[in-house]
Amino acid sequence: MAQTLIQKLWDRHLVRSTPGEPDLLYVDLHLVHEVTSPQAFESLRLAGRRVRRPELAIATVDHNNPTRGGVEAADEISRKQMATLAENCEWAGIRLYGLGSRQQGIVHVIGPEQGLTHPGMLIVCGDSHTSTHGAFGTLAFGIGSSEVEHVLATQTLLQQRTKDMAVNIEGELPPGVVAKDVALGIIARLGVAAGAGHSVEYRGSTVRGLSMEGRMTLCNLTIEWGARAGMVAPDETTFAFLEGRRHAPQGALWQAALEDWRTLASDEGAVFDSEVEIDARELEPYVTWGTNPGQSVPVTGRVPEPHGETDERALRYMALKAGTAIQDIALDRVFIGSCTNSRLEDLRAAAEVVRGRKVHGRVRALVVPGSTPVKLAAEAEGLDRVFAEAGFEWRDAGCSMCLGMNPDILQPGERCASTSNRNFEGRQGAGGRTHLVSPPMAAAAAIAGHLVDVREFGLVPA
Amino acid sequence: MKKFETFSGVAAPLDKADVDTDQIIPKQFLRRIERSGFGPFLFFDWRKDPGFVLNQPAYAGSRVLITGPNFGCGSSREHAAWSLEDAGYRAVIAPSFGDIFRNNSLKIGLLPVHLPAEQVRALLDLAQEQPGVEATVDLEAQRVTMGDLSYRFQIDAHSRHCLLEGLDEIAQTLRLEPEIAAYEERRPAWLPTIPA
Repeated sequence: MAQTLIQKLWDRHLVRSTPGEPDLLYVDLHLVHEVTSPQAFESLRLAGRRVRRPELAIATVDHNNPTRGGVEAADEISRKQMATLAENCEWAGIRLYGLGSRQQGIVHVIGPEQGLTHPGMLIVCGDSHTSTHGAFGTLAFGIGSSEVEHVLATQTLLQQRTKDMAVNIEGELPPGVVAKDVALGIIARLGVAAGAGHSVEYRGSTVRGLSMEGRMTLCNLTIEWGARAGMVAPDETTFAFLEGRRHAPQGALWQAALEDWRTLASDEGAVFDSEVEIDARELEPYVTWGTNPGQSVPVTGRVPEPHGETDERALRYMALKAGTAIQDIALDRVFIGSCTNSRLEDLRAAAEVVRGRKVHGRVRALVVPGSTPVKLAAEAEGLDRVFAEAGFEWRDAGCSMCLGMNPDILQPGERCASTSNRNFEGRQGAGGRTHLVSPPMAAAAAIAGHLVDVREFGLVPA
Repeated sequence: MKKFETFSGVAAPLDKADVDTDQIIPKQFLRRIERSGFGPFLFFDWRKDPGFVLNQPAYAGSRVLITGPNFGCGSSREHAAWSLEDAGYRAVIAPSFGDIFRNNSLKIGLLPVHLPAEQVRALLDLAQEQPGVEATVDLEAQRVTMGDLSYRFQIDAHSRHCLLEGLDEIAQTLRLEPEIAAYEERRPAWLPTIPA
């Protein structure tokens, strides 16, 4: 029977499938970080259990580490959490890319970077943005700490099979419109809960035309409309990205893997539970105006009239009036980073806009590379100097101001254009106001001092 | 996990849609390495508003939270479920839940009760009209009763069984060791391993 890619990936990880029970799935790679793992390790030890397959896990420090000043700059509780991760990894025999390691970085940046994320795998992590890895034709989703413990102990996970959704995106992206805008456009159309209970396959010529970095951005934001897993069938773009990376297969194994990976596509005639069509030519650079990622409008638009209590509350929190032109909204801060948009391609796109210009006097702007390797590669190209000369702060790798667990936070009332993934109340700091945008849009906003259409800025190549 | 037993308790109405886990437990509390003690930080920022519903004396000690669709969306932090449980909640009633939050809740014995929107509306209205009204949640019978309202809810048989019996899922899975080992024999050779 014709199968979807989602079904194929699910079926190849079935350890056990019993009617009336959730499926037992085998986990190929477990990504571990300091915030959602300590309780899982503690509980495991209290139960007298061990980590079944430590060599199928990798750990890093990303969520609460400072982005300057090293571990000494962290508060005591954060230091204890990072130290606990190190102790747990030592105990379990799990490789840790800790602070100071040349491989350290945001967990969803380093997996692909190290060649650990392959097509066909099942990857989990105690982090909702695990969907990022779906860009490789991988089944990848976020889990909670109890499930982290289950994976540590058994290398498996109990899961109810999800429904399949296809998002078909066709057409060439207009100039100035990037993967982030595709995702924000989808969420604006479908709403923040449309994907609940589903895994999603992104298909169509637009998706095929995206780089791996762009596909990662698209898959990363899948959780923001409620679906846990988003994926793209692997193709030559995928294989070219992977080949030669540290943990990619070599030689004969590479050939065998390639042969297998080429079968990872939805079969002709495979039926999805639902399908959505998106015309890429209608997409624009988007800006969120509210407090969830579905509350966005094109940058050329205005803050909309509220429909219902949720919108009214969002406008109050954001201190915005309906009818205000988006480009009239002045900014205090700009953040370029996060597992959504902190890869080399994102930094290059932002640097292109910034080159030879100055950050507006009112704005404090921050660039936080997604990983130490991204940082080093960017520095080798001189991107750090481009940003620094314009007045951006160039920091060490981590999640940073995406969620503000470390010292990088907004002050109450501050307004920020951010390349991250969530504009929830207080997400970047209590009372802070977040407008989600793409990296080129964030860069342009830093220079203009307000939200601005990067296309009219005269910077985007046609 | 403790066995889930039928209980009655005050039902608090949180009449909002899309309550994300960042609101349930803000990030500054995620630096703790403990599993307990998150209750005082539940809805930390919203609690600063004296008018916030959970600050009203009538809802003190509430054990059931009635709320809008897509409750617990966003971050996977299990701390959200822990904070509700630590604050005394045993069940959350909503038209829909974030998938990860729902899973997390089930793992720790916090019951996500899924009811149609119009029934949740009626429960919300009742809890607002009669502050302090109690709800009874019976998982065995799959029924929520509040005043004159009584609704049957759906839950998958596996989750219900685990909650009622207070099962340790990991112990259950560890019994399947031969099947897990057999699967491992079939895994392709090119899959990555990372030696410590």
